[in-house]
Amino acid sequence: MAYSDKVIEHYQNPHNVGSFGSSKEVQARKDVGVGIVGAPECGDVMQLHIQVSDAGVIQDAKFKCFGCGSAIASSSLATEWIKGKTVDQALAIKNTEIVEELSLPPVKIHCSVLAEDSIRAAIEDWKKKNGHATAVDAHAAHAH
Amino acid sequence: MKNTMNKSRPLYLDNAATTRCDPRVVEVMLPYLTEAYGNSGSRNHAFGWEAEEAVEKSREQAAALIGANAKEIIFTSGATESNNLAIKGAANMYAKKPEGQTGRGHIITALHEHKAVLDPCKRLQKEGFDVTFLQPPADGVITVDMVAKEIRPDTILVSIMWANNEIGTINEIPAIGKLCHDKEIIFHTDGTQWVGKMPTDVERDNIDLLSWSSHKIYGPKGVGALYVRRRKPRVRLEAIVDGGGQERGMRSGTLNISGIAGFGKACELCQHEMQSEGERLLKFRNRLETELAKAIEVTQVNGNASKRLPNITNISFGFVEGESLLMGIKDIACSSGSACTSASLEPSYVLKSLGVGDELAHSSLRLSMSRWTTDKEIDYTIASITKAVLHLRKMSPLYDLFKEGVDISKIQWQTH
Ligand SMILES: Cc1ncc(COP(=O)(O)O)c(C=O)c1O
Ligand code: FES
Repeated sequence: MAYSDKVIEHYQNPHNVGSFGSSKEVQARKDVGVGIVGAPECGDVMQLHIQVSDAGVIQDAKFKCFGCGSAIASSSLATEWIKGKTVDQALAIKNTEIVEELSLPPVKIHCSVLAEDSIRAAIEDWKKKNGHATAVDAHAAHAH
Repeated sequence: MKNTMNKSRPLYLDNAATTRCDPRVVEVMLPYLTEAYGNSGSRNHAFGWEAEEAVEKSREQAAALIGANAKEIIFTSGATESNNLAIKGAANMYAKKPEGQTGRGHIITALHEHKAVLDPCKRLQKEGFDVTFLQPPADGVITVDMVAKEIRPDTILVSIMWANNEIGTINEIPAIGKLCHDKEIIFHTDGTQWVGKMPTDVERDNIDLLSWSSHKIYGPKGVGALYVRRRKPRVRLEAIVDGGGQERGMRSGTLNISGIAGFGKACELCQHEMQSEGERLLKFRNRLETELAKAIEVTQVNGNASKRLPNITNISFGFVEGESLLMGIKDIACSSGSACTSASLEPSYVLKSLGVGDELAHSSLRLSMSRWTTDKEIDYTIASITKAVLHLRKMSPLYDLFKEGVDISKIQWQTH
């Protein structure tokens, strides 16, 4: 399968690779949200760390990814897109936008879904740490 | 098409998938496409005679490679067809009960066989045969004891490949063949990765049916052979393709003369060159394995350490996903057991059957060499893989966890 130039570019020079500390350190930091989605058995694990201001603006983002080139490119792109956005703006990012930007073929759509999921998971983690209502809470409230 | 053919080509280390056709083989084939284009079935003119002569010469060359008699060679379109003919042909011939009934006979094979063996066996299962799929041990080698334990009074056929196409492991073939002969059970082996690379003698090795393919041994694609033993015991098969009665009725259809001529030549070349080629490739294989393990921590060579073909190695690089690794070594053509490279998004069933963890199956590369592989290419490959793995580990969350001392298998992952 041929990769798009953008996927190759992100693969070779991924943006914002890294973390804001070890798994223990970030767990203790209230300003950092952690999203880890996927599983090694499935061949894809995406880890997103976001650093969020009190006002809910994502000031910095770092990723790590075990997955194919499209998964790496999707997470690299996601970190670019969410930096400077409010958490609500970041939550509005759809995987289809990633698919379009990177020209991902149908078999690689799930790699972009993973990136979207990692954004959600990281924001949720940050909200939970800071006592904001999370999507899960909202969901639960809905059910009542 | 022309364009891609002219681009600079990647280095080729996917010879277990297919090999380049040797120019000496091509040379033998050409006249049968241009001038000597007769049908070997035409008995009454020179064009037919010429073609027949070519076919019979190839039959001798193919037989010589495996220590058989030329009369025992059936030409087919490749190992897939040979396996189908051997397995379905023998099962139906030696069935204990007629079509439409159950309990027609028992067949033994293994879970890490090629699909061209597994799928015919699964079809036979639907058609009333019982099939035992042996679970290979962690080193991938099927032993004679494993087969012996599964033999039943109604076992009619054992099909165990000689060497595995993904990991290169070698099963206990002469011993399994001997066991089958003692028990009067037909023994088939898929020799696609073995024949032409390793010395083969169907008498010494106790084989009844042996499949192999031209395009894995530097011959053209679309040709192969099935060896069918003629005495002690005389093995009979029910044909699959009916028609003009070519190949003693076992495989009808006009013969692929140029392909067969090339296949014969390829067999002859392998017979002469396999020993020196094997010695050379074994050194390369060992160098790949030891130098990569030295340069990169947490690597694992899959399959038995010593009972392995000299030309194939399968290595897992922990914490790095295979398709992304292939992307990092774009100028080396090889394959991975990663799910991301497969249409089904399932990791290699061969590695899974050995109990290689899914995560390491996703992280595997198969490198397979040929008679043209050079020292320099091996150096280049070691350097490229090392560079790519290190690049990817910098991005790998699993590598971080490993470095933190976290046991990845104990984490509650949210699978989807
Ligand atoms: C072990 C084994 N059996 C069978 C086959 C199928 O061979 P062919 O392509 O000649 O049908 C292959 C090659 O893919 C193989 O490696
Ligand atoms: S992570 Fe498996 S296909 Fe992208």
